[in-house]
Amino acid sequence: MPGRKKDEILHDHNHDGVDRRGFLKCMAWAGTGAFCVMSGGVLKSYSLSRLSEMNPAAAMGELSFVQISDSHMGFNKPANPDVAGTLKAAVDKINALQTAPEFVLHTGDISHLSKPEEFDTVDQILKGASAKDVFFVPGEHDVLNDDGKQFLERYGKNAKGQGWYSFDKKGVHFIGLVNVMNLKAGGLGTLGHEQLEWIERDVKHLKHSTPIVVFAHIPLWSVYPEWGWGTEDSAQALAYLKKFGSVIVLNGHIHQTMQKVEGNVTFHTAASTAFPQPQPGKADSPGPMKVPAEQLRSILGITDVNYVQGRHALAVVDSSLA
Amino acid sequence: MKRTMLVLSFAVLAVSSLAVSAPRHQAFPVSAQENQAATAAVKIDNFSFGPATLTVAVGTNVTWVNHDDIPHNVVSTDGLFKSKVMDTDEKFSFTFTKAGTFPYFCGIHPKMTGKVVVQ
Repeated sequence: MPGRKKDEILHDHNHDGVDRRGFLKCMAWAGTGAFCVMSGGVLKSYSLSRLSEMNPAAAMGELSFVQISDSHMGFNKPANPDVAGTLKAAVDKINALQTAPEFVLHTGDISHLSKPEEFDTVDQILKGASAKDVFFVPGEHDVLNDDGKQFLERYGKNAKGQGWYSFDKKGVHFIGLVNVMNLKAGGLGTLGHEQLEWIERDVKHLKHSTPIVVFAHIPLWSVYPEWGWGTEDSAQALAYLKKFGSVIVLNGHIHQTMQKVEGNVTFHTAASTAFPQPQPGKADSPGPMKVPAEQLRSILGITDVNYVQGRHALAVVDSSLA
Repeated sequence: MKRTMLVLSFAVLAVSSLAVSAPRHQAFPVSAQENQAATAAVKIDNFSFGPATLTVAVGTNVTWVNHDDIPHNVVSTDGLFKSKVMDTDEKFSFTFTKAGTFPYFCGIHPKMTGKVVVQ
């Protein structure tokens, strides 16, 4: 069984990088994060696992940043008894980038059990990254028992509502969303009325040519609703972004990379820095997947997004920690 | 196989249960012996509640046990009860003092749903 999974992962690994507009594909199961380069109003992103194949010129742009996700600090089960070690490996990977990224986005599940010491450990490890600014959105594991109070105190000082916010960097508009609160029985992730209204107001006055990056924990597209891998009211949020020429949506939660391009919107999920989860429907449940120790780091990782002017494509590249 | 294990775990719980309250009426599916409080268990396994529908008598103390590597909690849809998050092997108990049907779900993974029918 592990052998079969290994083959599958390697197979997809060799085919990752779905980066052409209008090209719709879900693949790239092999884990990692994204190195993103913004250029000419268009965002390209690359898998860190394939940086060696990358044209150095492609890494140049007005802005580059990295996405990491699902650190699950505090997790200690056989699927990965050393989540601090693999997060450190992700930081090493970030520090090895030729172009130091402007900042890091963490798309949630920073902690495993919302314990203060788990957040502390992640903060400490991320201090070692070349990029000093880290922007967080919460995963469901970060808001346990206190409706997100601690998360807001730590990471949401300038946030609205339950932790959503936006900011601009070098002409790119970033929107951090919260879709892990107030979950309803039988339901998926949810943004809620208040946040949706805020999104509408937030983007109203932006030029249509403004590149948009949306990041949230649970995928904002329907990856696999049977396992709760989707967001109920994401269509409404995306409707507000229709007018924009370039939109990238970065998510975590499912501990594997997937990409889909739909018109002007590219969706990407990052791998976990902690442990992999099975492909949709390929197991009884979405629980942690145990893979041979020597293989684990090759399916964990970080994502870089790089924005390069003058290209009309968007790419997300994932890099494994191996 | 699962069912057998479930019945076994019921039996173990019934024998080892603490007397929280002593119902006058016989509880089922686990009958209280010698006036011990009736107990029942729900196992959380593979992101599901087993059994998904548990039928008990009024006064039964129900215990949820998380056997997954991932934390879960138990939230009553109508607000009757809400557990703290349960990490692996952690438990939560609630005594049902009124008859009725009480749906609940995991507040972390809301696709996980179950109900307790109290008769």
